[in-house]
Amino acid sequence: MDKVKKITQKRLFLPVFCMFLVMAANIIYDVACGEFAFSFFTISVRNGVLYGRLIDILNRGSEIAILAIGMTLVVSASAGTDISVGSVMSLAASFCCMLLAGYGVSSTTELAVPLIVGVLGGILMGCVCGAFNGTLVAYLNVQPMVATLILFSAARAIGLLLCNNLIVYVRNDSFKFFGGYLGFIPTPIIIAAVCVVVMALLLKKTALGLYVQSVGINKKASRIAGLNSSKIIFVCYLVCGLMAGIAGIVASSRISSADSNNIGLNYEMDAILAVALGGNSLGGGKFSLAGSIIGAYTIQAITTTLYALGVSTDVAPVFKAIIVIIIVTIQAPPFKAYMKRRAARKALAKGGAAA
Amino acid sequence: MKRKIVSVLVCAAMAATMIAGCGGGSDDAAATTTEETATEETAADDAAAEDAATDDTAASGETLTIGFAQVGHESDWRTASTQSCQDVFSAENGYDLQFVDCDNDSAVQLEAVRGFIEQDVDYIIIDPIVSTGWDTVLTECQDAGIPVIVIDRTIDDSDKYAAWVGSDFKTEGLACGEWLKAYADAKGITDLNILVIEGTTGASATIGRTEGFNEIAEREGWNILDSQTGDFTQEGGQQVMESYCKSYEGQFNVVICQNDNEAFGAMDAMTAAGVSYGVDGDVIIVSFDAARTALQYCLDGDLNAVFECNPLAAPMVEEIIKGLEAGEEVETEVYVEESCFAHDDTVPSISVNGVDTPMTVLTQDIIDARAY
Repeated sequence: MDKVKKITQKRLFLPVFCMFLVMAANIIYDVACGEFAFSFFTISVRNGVLYGRLIDILNRGSEIAILAIGMTLVVSASAGTDISVGSVMSLAASFCCMLLAGYGVSSTTELAVPLIVGVLGGILMGCVCGAFNGTLVAYLNVQPMVATLILFSAARAIGLLLCNNLIVYVRNDSFKFFGGYLGFIPTPIIIAAVCVVVMALLLKKTALGLYVQSVGINKKASRIAGLNSSKIIFVCYLVCGLMAGIAGIVASSRISSADSNNIGLNYEMDAILAVALGGNSLGGGKFSLAGSIIGAYTIQAITTTLYALGVSTDVAPVFKAIIVIIIVTIQAPPFKAYMKRRAARKALAKGGAAA
Repeated sequence: MKRKIVSVLVCAAMAATMIAGCGGGSDDAAATTTEETATEETAADDAAAEDAATDDTAASGETLTIGFAQVGHESDWRTASTQSCQDVFSAENGYDLQFVDCDNDSAVQLEAVRGFIEQDVDYIIIDPIVSTGWDTVLTECQDAGIPVIVIDRTIDDSDKYAAWVGSDFKTEGLACGEWLKAYADAKGITDLNILVIEGTTGASATIGRTEGFNEIAEREGWNILDSQTGDFTQEGGQQVMESYCKSYEGQFNVVICQNDNEAFGAMDAMTAAGVSYGVDGDVIIVSFDAARTALQYCLDGDLNAVFECNPLAAPMVEEIIKGLEAGEEVETEVYVEESCFAHDDTVPSISVNGVDTPMTVLTQDIIDARAY
């Protein structure tokens, strides 16, 4: 009993629990259809690559997971959200494809510059956007929502201009790598894993994680304690831009083109939701990177589940909303307090009866 | 102090990149705008100078001034549509085309049309960005005695235009269905299990193509396994197909994609899942729109058939204008001719709504000769 209590009181228990809850729906559905109960979870190797719904979740959820890393830091340090990440993704993708194809070219099979130049260019573009947001928020004290609103509306348009208002196709197999496969594992999964591991090490092994939290909890006190608060906030936005750049490259490589109008559309909302689903407070301060990552994959699990259940895509957002409401309610402090009180009353009643 | 300098530098760098970014793209945009204003001004001057003369020239059919308010330039399809108008209404053909690119801003488009009225052009062509809110400005056109021709998209809240020229999406859907029936018969496939990747929910192309195809599917008793939207994007098509491959593993043999980009995504997803498609594959795959890239895939045998959505409306518009000039009654609804393309000659022709339509067998020459 105590062991169960210990597990349920772990900070990450609820996010993980919610993710399993979503996936459990598939077991019920499969059984109801008279199929093998765990067919949703079956992973096989087909055509030389990993194949299965779980792989789909990990693969398709990569972009949101990568974005969620940056978003977690931003939320924690500045108690605000970076709503420009989706647009920055699109800009990074457009810039990368423009470099690879050459300006004004709408379809190419030959790369105009070496692949690495295009990819680094795209990622660098993400960093520049992050630095811009960071400067506004950290040094000019603009409210995060307002500061990132600028690139939210502008970045996509700049991307369109870079691509001369066309969809730029880079039909070169080497560019497909980032959205394709490395060996038998989808590359996006590896990229997301590398990003998570590097950031986790950076936050845990250096004092950066602690600094970010302390700035988020009280910016002034941190400064008085000797931390350069502004610099830390700036770095968080820079990392957020960097992650958006990486996510943009992955998304663009998946479709081997830069579709400025559609890449990363509404991803900023999913990234923020991932942070919230991970049990992090949007008010800043303490954060759990693992929670956000789990949140990101939960969102993708919902999408994949709805596809698997054959829910019509027109009504899918409704179901998604209902599931999110349930998850958020379960994690809300008043609800938790209520459950605790109830448990206490029950224990008391039991105790009273025994006595 | 150091920090301030750094922050100022970063700001400056960002601003510079943005300007550079904008500059790169908007150079020609800006150039066109100035050019346009210039031409508009000269046109206005000309109009003022030749005011008396215009009536005569128009009557004798020497030079017709035509104002064209285009949606924007968001896709290859749109570029082809613009190009078609510029080719047909060229100076050599005896036209003076006033072209305004409205960049998907309906307010700009209304202004452009009012500008045409002030310039007293002979005809106005509109590809309406939005389908409503046109009555006032069309009444102004009518009062000025300028006939309006609407192309591609529709105007729903006014009928004060001379004619509409555009695509018949339902016929595209019907053609697809008829082709599939003939193809399956020829190949001896009796059991059709179909997956559909729809376009954006509510778009006229989605509604028309679904309606047309479903009509045939119902008539023939085909089994449509599932129909989900891929939002007309490659990413959408890819994700829907990825899920289809798992949900209906080994159960489907036809995939209908309602535009080219969705088909590209679906092909990627099927390749990854190890499903063979196209002419030599297990799954028949078709798409709509027929832009150059899709035709290339069709020629290579990756797509079985492609159904065109023709952006070249200008020749039909010219017919209408000639008719109006001659004082004839013109048809108020004209559909552009749309071709169907196939990889091979399994099905030489299909009958859609009782009209025989040939299936064009693709060759590299056909693709190279096309405008988009």
